[in-house]
Amino acid sequence: HLATSLPLPSEREHLRPRIDLVVFMIDIKTKYSLKNVETSLARVDASFFLGKVCFLVTGVGRVNACSIETNAICKLGESYCSPVLFCELELEGIRVATAQRLLRMLQICAGHIPGVSALSFVSLMRNSDYD
Amino acid sequence: ESVDPQKTAFLLRKAWTLYSVTPLYRFHRARLRDYARLLSAFIAAEKQKGLAVEVGVELDIKVALYSLDDLRGSELDQAALLVQLSSRSRASSRNSEDKLVWSGCFCSMCGDDLSENMPEDFTSLPLFLSHGAEGYTSLVGSWFQKTFDCCFRRLAISPLNLSGMVAMWAGCKLDRAASAVELIFSVPCLSQPLDIYYAIHPEDAKALWDTVQKTPEEITQEEVDVFMDCLYSHFHRHFKIHLSAAKLVKVSTAVASAHCDGIVKIRHSQYLPGVLMLLTELAISQIQ
Repeated sequence: HLATSLPLPSEREHLRPRIDLVVFMIDIKTKYSLKNVETSLARVDASFFLGKVCFLVTGVGRVNACSIETNAICKLGESYCSPVLFCELELEGIRVATAQRLLRMLQICAGHIPGVSALSFVSLMRNSDYD
Repeated sequence: ESVDPQKTAFLLRKAWTLYSVTPLYRFHRARLRDYARLLSAFIAAEKQKGLAVEVGVELDIKVALYSLDDLRGSELDQAALLVQLSSRSRASSRNSEDKLVWSGCFCSMCGDDLSENMPEDFTSLPLFLSHGAEGYTSLVGSWFQKTFDCCFRRLAISPLNLSGMVAMWAGCKLDRAASAVELIFSVPCLSQPLDIYYAIHPEDAKALWDTVQKTPEEITQEEVDVFMDCLYSHFHRHFKIHLSAAKLVKVSTAVASAHCDGIVKIRHSQYLPGVLMLLTELAISQIQ
């Protein structure tokens, strides 16, 4: 399910399936996407931040078009205890690999992988720079 | 950084195309005359091969290399190197002066990050500015690459860097009336490209920056973000357009202007060292 911002419209709430993973997409080329994500974050229930939220930064292939500082995004990930994934959607290989990663995360968040829960993400995905 | 304004005046008010250059191997400042001769021969040879830059006019290209001892920032910086290509038309050889057709300048302004651990045989001059026909730039560039085993790359300036520049330059104190602070945005994903020109009165821009900047001589990314957010929200209030969703491609102030394709124009001699320092930093981060 794709949405340009949160909260999701209340009209279809009763038809909506359970949400297992929220992926916030930030386009590194537009500052506006970061602002949008920051506003939307406030609309997410706190329980999601136990491994069911992740940030996906797109457009990182073009360093010249960078409008957002990477530090700011990493700090965002840190303060919300959620992993940050970087990818370039324009490159098919990376696009496919990222989709596979997200699917795997979703499987874990939905409880389909025995022995691994969403809580593992919080402890496993720590950026080594900050250790 | 006391840079002699007279010697560096040639850098002002010209549009320079920027490149980052990796360190030069076995470059000897004492051999500038030899290098000039070799480069001149190379250009003549390339022209013979049919890679002439200007067709139809018989031009003799004269090459001159100068060491600009004044153009450097710190003790570790190498003095800048200026390359000039001049032409004298063979047709009117009697009463003609050499006409400057192309200039290139290698420099390092406080490029200590790179010069610090430079091995002996290498000369670090990470920033290259060129002015003149692209054909000459690639001729000179290939000769330097072949002779000193270095690598030239166009310097790209990201919207993030551009916003830092406009904030810094808008805040500069200028003694005479300044021109407007301009930001040019390009809007992506439209059937027809759209450019937005946002011009701000220089005094308003400076006043805004002064309220944002906390420590003089120091600029943080947070302060630049606040400055830009103010400009964006002001624009949004009037035009209901989110400039933060567009791509900042060019900024222009009375101090200097810069384009994301790596083209700058420096207008104010007082701030020349500062601008070169910033560009040297960008060049070094592109190399590393």
